[in-house]
Amino acid sequence: MNETGAGTLLLLHPGDNVAMATRDLPAGLEVQIAGARINLVKTTPTGHKVAVRSIAAGSRILKYAVPIGSATCDIAPGDYVHTHNMKSDYIPTYTLEAGHRFAEETRS
Amino acid sequence: MTALSGYLRSDGRKGIRNHVVVVYLVECAHHVAREIQYPFREQGVHLIGFPGCYPNAYAQRMLKRLCTHPNVGGVLLVSLGCEAFDRHDLHAAITATGRPLRLVGIQAAGGTRRTIAEGRTFVEETLATLAATPRVPMRIDELVVGTVCGGSDATSGLTANPAIGRAFDFLVEAGAATIFEETGELIGLEAMMAERAETVPLGHEIVACMEKTARYYATLGHASFAPGNADGGLTTIEEKSLGAYAKSGQSRIAGLIKPGDIPPRGGLYLLDVIPDGEVRFGFPNINDNAEIAELMACGSHIILFSTGRGSVVGSAIAPVVKVCANPDTFRRMADDMDVDAGRILSGSATLDTVGREIFDLVQGVAGGAPTRSEDLGHQEFILTYKTFEPIGPACLPAH
Repeated sequence: MNETGAGTLLLLHPGDNVAMATRDLPAGLEVQIAGARINLVKTTPTGHKVAVRSIAAGSRILKYAVPIGSATCDIAPGDYVHTHNMKSDYIPTYTLEAGHRFAEETRS
Repeated sequence: MTALSGYLRSDGRKGIRNHVVVVYLVECAHHVAREIQYPFREQGVHLIGFPGCYPNAYAQRMLKRLCTHPNVGGVLLVSLGCEAFDRHDLHAAITATGRPLRLVGIQAAGGTRRTIAEGRTFVEETLATLAATPRVPMRIDELVVGTVCGGSDATSGLTANPAIGRAFDFLVEAGAATIFEETGELIGLEAMMAERAETVPLGHEIVACMEKTARYYATLGHASFAPGNADGGLTTIEEKSLGAYAKSGQSRIAGLIKPGDIPPRGGLYLLDVIPDGEVRFGFPNINDNAEIAELMACGSHIILFSTGRGSVVGSAIAPVVKVCANPDTFRRMADDMDVDAGRILSGSATLDTVGREIFDLVQGVAGGAPTRSEDLGHQEFILTYKTFEPIGPACLPAH
């Protein structure tokens, strides 16, 4: 049990709704951060994002106090946040999985 | 602190290296140029060039700037003989600077073997001449330092990029010129950058530049975002942009330049790397070295390269300082890294400490200390087709 998030999660701005793992963190880890107690839903690698409060589908994801995209479904505190539950508000993100899907779909 | 010294060039700028560049003026001359350069690769002889056979004003300007870069002491141009690149114009521009220079034509010289022999003789003579070049005292405010990130992950924007930002602040305070770029990775930040502009008209130019950038990438249907970025925990281009932006530090933005424009005085400059006009020739910069080439064409003596996933590249002409953001990557690839910025994540170093470390390292490298990528022999280079209009009058600070 960590009371401040120090050594586990880094919250860049008090208004942010995601924090970043400062090292590889195991699923189930309990962290006290941003006035809440959250449990990590998934194993979270260094630098990856975890929701520190509830985020409704369609609302902004905030990091550095700036929107970095929008939630594509409801996100609960402790959820791992990445391409499966948020998207860019500018240009879609290309991942190799998407590339593979494209290759599958276009194979004649 | 290392005392700085440099090689004085005829245009008043000073170089921190005294390289010879062997330059192919079309892909057809690439092999011959590489054969000339290869035996001298550990003696500061670097290979650069342009592969295209059709004329391009951007490539012409880039090679002019690179062949007269302050880190370059001598030039060998290798032409096939029938390509469209204007070798006479390039030759004249270099001649005007007084550097040792030779143009060899493969067709005129009688083929591969004779050209290689003639080229190697010139390189040997030039190395002997350059060995006698004196180093003169140099000040920090005579330095131009560029920055780029490559192989970014979610740690880049937390450690290495803001630490480079601190180093940029120290450099600007000391009077140096610093350049950040990757405008494709600054999408979403136009309002913030406009506020940091030294003048209101410059702010308008920055907003227009970013609108052009967003249009360009929307047409391409793909942001400046690689699959490895997502594997490393970055989800969107906005998130990557915010991390990339941290490299610029806190200084006011003194100017908005394009490839080949040299900062007229110290301060922080934004380099617009997105072509003007309709979308043609594909992605603006097809890899990190394309960006490094443009930073060098703007006079950058040294490149600060931030990496999270672990890039290994260096560059021809300008030493590349590798700042590693991710502590796991640093452990895996320590030989390739100059700075371990991942210490910030574990709390064993602060942004200020690492920023100061980078600032000191820049001075050491300027004083002649080799970077890891120089030691390992990295001399990557690439130049492709682009189109640019000249910058507007509001883009540069008054002298």
